[in-house]
Amino acid sequence: MLSCRELVEFLMDYCDGELPPEQREYFEKHLACCPPCVAYMKTYQQAICLGKSACKDEEQKPPKMPEELVRAIMAARQAK
Amino acid sequence: MSQVPPEADLATQDLPSDERAMLERLRAGDAAAFEQLVRDHGGRMLSVTRRFLGSEEDAQDAVQEAFLSAFKALDRFEGQSRLGTWLHRIAVNAALMKLRTRKSRPAEHSGDELLPKFLDDGHQATPASEWRDGGLAALEKAETKELVRRSIDALPESYRIVLLLRDIEERDTDETAKLLGMTSNAVKTRLHRARQALRALLDPHLRGGL
Ligand SMILES: [Zn+2]
Repeated sequence: MLSCRELVEFLMDYCDGELPPEQREYFEKHLACCPPCVAYMKTYQQAICLGKSACKDEEQKPPKMPEELVRAIMAARQAK
Repeated sequence: MSQVPPEADLATQDLPSDERAMLERLRAGDAAAFEQLVRDHGGRMLSVTRRFLGSEEDAQDAVQEAFLSAFKALDRFEGQSRLGTWLHRIAVNAALMKLRTRKSRPAEHSGDELLPKFLDDGHQATPASEWRDGGLAALEKAETKELVRRSIDALPESYRIVLLLRDIEERDTDETAKLLGMTSNAVKTRLHRARQALRALLDPHLRGGL
């Protein structure tokens, strides 16, 4: 029987579909009887999704470009 | 760097006409066009370099360096991507360059404390529980987006950079390894730790839902 520690160690490979079939089976057997590991896996995947969407969202509403930085870039271009 | 293929001029035909016009003005050395490019794309590039670098001063330096290298490379822009996408990649490269050259920052925490703990029998020391609505309903709230971004910023640098390149910039493992001078296996290990650390930072806020 796989331990929770081992399950968490192989979690990324499992999510990426990179576990060989035999290990995959052990993995799923553990999940079937361990709610905390199911919760860990779900929240792990959700953390990734949240990170992606929070950053995408920021790119939709970018911060203002500071005026001094615009000036500095234009001056540096001239200086070349 | 590959030479510009002969069909490069044809490729720019795929650009929207406003971008093609912009590119022509830039290539003709039109100063107003350069300034417009900086105003149109600078803010977005700054949000990218801030994420990588943390420090505002370094982030602004990286944006400046990114624009200067973009200006130099305009002739090599092949129009297979939008100008904004091209500038975004240049901003990421400039941020990585800055990371390599800046003085190492005061010792930061290793991030080990953000990894899950296990009992001697291999069980989770603090059993995980699910997030209400999978955290997704909460994401609609501006405060959650802010929380998620602050949590990414709070990751140890070595974790943050790998997470940003793989999950946010969506570079693949091999490209990330090359950019960071690491092996692909090291990238995978670090990405897994970075995701676990991000999960750990979000967990106390999302456990009971917001
Ligand atoms: Zn378990």
